[in-house]
Amino acid sequence: MTPPPAPAATAARPIRPAGSLVIEIEDVSKLYKMGSEIIHALRGVSLEIRRNEYLAIMGPSGSGKSTLMNMLGCLDTPTSGRYDFNGKNVAHMSDDELAGIRNREIGFVFQTFNLLPRSDALRNVELPLIYAGMAPHARHERAMQALANVGLADRVHHRPNELSGGQRQRVAIARALVNNPSIILADEPTGNLDSKTGTEIMELFEQLYEQGQTIIVVTHEEDIARHARRVVRLRDGLIESDGAVF
Amino acid sequence: MALLLYELTESFRIAFAQIRANKMRSVLTALGVIIGIVAVTLMGTAINGIDIGFERSLAMLGDDVLHVQKWPWFGAEDWWNYVNRPQVLPADAERLNRVIENTPNSLLETAVPVCARGASVKFGENQVGGVFVQGTTSDYARLMTADFEDGRLFNETESIAGRQVCVLGKDVADALFPTSSPIDQTVTIQGQPFQVIGVLAKQGSFLGLFSFDTQAIMPLNAFRKYFGVRRNTELQVKVKDKLQLAAANDELIGAMRRVRAQLPGERDNFTINQQQAFKAQLDPVKSGIALAGLFITGLSLFVGAIGIMNITFVSVKERTKEIGTRKALGARRRTILLQFLIEAVSICLIGGAVGLTLTYATCLALQHAMPALPVEFSVGLVFVSMAVSVLTGIVSGFAPAWGASRLDPVVALRYE
Repeated sequence: MTPPPAPAATAARPIRPAGSLVIEIEDVSKLYKMGSEIIHALRGVSLEIRRNEYLAIMGPSGSGKSTLMNMLGCLDTPTSGRYDFNGKNVAHMSDDELAGIRNREIGFVFQTFNLLPRSDALRNVELPLIYAGMAPHARHERAMQALANVGLADRVHHRPNELSGGQRQRVAIARALVNNPSIILADEPTGNLDSKTGTEIMELFEQLYEQGQTIIVVTHEEDIARHARRVVRLRDGLIESDGAVF
Repeated sequence: MALLLYELTESFRIAFAQIRANKMRSVLTALGVIIGIVAVTLMGTAINGIDIGFERSLAMLGDDVLHVQKWPWFGAEDWWNYVNRPQVLPADAERLNRVIENTPNSLLETAVPVCARGASVKFGENQVGGVFVQGTTSDYARLMTADFEDGRLFNETESIAGRQVCVLGKDVADALFPTSSPIDQTVTIQGQPFQVIGVLAKQGSFLGLFSFDTQAIMPLNAFRKYFGVRRNTELQVKVKDKLQLAAANDELIGAMRRVRAQLPGERDNFTINQQQAFKAQLDPVKSGIALAGLFITGLSLFVGAIGIMNITFVSVKERTKEIGTRKALGARRRTILLQFLIEAVSICLIGGAVGLTLTYATCLALQHAMPALPVEFSVGLVFVSMAVSVLTGIVSGFAPAWGASRLDPVVALRYE
């Protein structure tokens, strides 16, 4: 028997069995210097994320949520502590090695979409493949497929300003998925969308989750967090709670 | 390797999209480079043209001829040394030829005396003033560089007899005989009748100053009879091999000293002029042009480079968020560095191409307007200016591109 087509945020949602460990963070802290002041953005955070989890990271501003996201996205390295990504320690990698990890293993979805304004949807989705060194023909095909998967097969040659907000975020999601990353890292993915379009995007995430993607959403909205299967709450640079969503 | 290729093509795509999106800004930025390239190529063309024109002119003089004269062509500073020298006379030529004949394996072929003065030539109502009239012997045929359009040079008999015959330059012939043939007509030179036996083909002018087409040639004996025997003569000495000009020059000095019966240790009482002297005169002009050109080029390229550096800094600033996005998607430092470097280089290359086109158009216009001007546009200039453009781009784009490549992705992504 197939599970009923569940609307988001109900108890009847399927929960897929979590797989092997993707992210393992142990006692990570991060210090910033702001003038003469030292800010402890993270004060010893430990976290494990497994394949095919759907995780929301929440917290008020100043809680260290963004810092944790940058860390998870390999955009930043911890001041101290251990960070293993797929069993590899990334805490002390060079800029270019981190760029390689970001390119192959992480698909970013931003609040402001961050599409290149003068390139059409196809070029935008191809970009990670260019940085991965894929040949033009192959990446063209991959990008077309990725756009088709998010329902934009008929919009491939539109530029961002010719697309609606929801469509732009779909292009961004196609771009995030095109390199078959280990995790999707979405930072307030619905923050610049109206609620209806936001719901559509969250439905798309739901589909991706059901197809086996690992998704991490950073948000401050309870409604959005409720789509996830597990919520990590941060406060003052520490994990306040970490548990399943009901 | 393939990755680098894709990065490069991507960088060029971005660069040209960027330039297209900011046309006005790019044009203004490229202006400095355009001016620089125009300056460097025009300077190159000018020096080239001078060289070519000079070679042409030297060939007219005959590049295998040494001139024995009383005065040097250039730089007679100690006037008293020269003014008391004996005149060079036609008799010197005969003696010199005897010395040459008696020298085994001589590098010299023959010496021909040539006298010259300005005179007017008349035929009927037509008159040409300022004609360069030369008196010489029939041996002149051996060192002449001009071709005959019609007729011939006087022969030995006419030469010795001092017959009143002459050969006219093309312009003189055309002015006096606009419709008919001048051959066998009698023209008046300084009041004396001369029969025209030949017309020279058009030669053009020497360095654009002195025209070889307004000349007349007559037997030396006739010249001396009507224009005076005490006139300065020069001996034009043809050498056998122009590659051994220097050795021939030394031999000629020795031969002339024997002709003049000079004692060892005595200073030469004659000068041997050769076209190399013109070259020495020209070199400071050329280096002057080169220096001025280099100064202008350097200055405008410097200004251009600063402009490009500035605009690349602006471009990096404007696109900080884009750089952050690209880094998040996996762009490495090299990728970002290349992207902005290529953008700067592209602007310079476009500037260089525009500059070259301007220079080329200027050259064409000059050639059209003044065909006598030896303007030559060379392929080497294209390479030089392209290399200069690329170098300017790299030098000026490097600092901002380097800064862009080192941006912290977190900071860049947060930039608004």
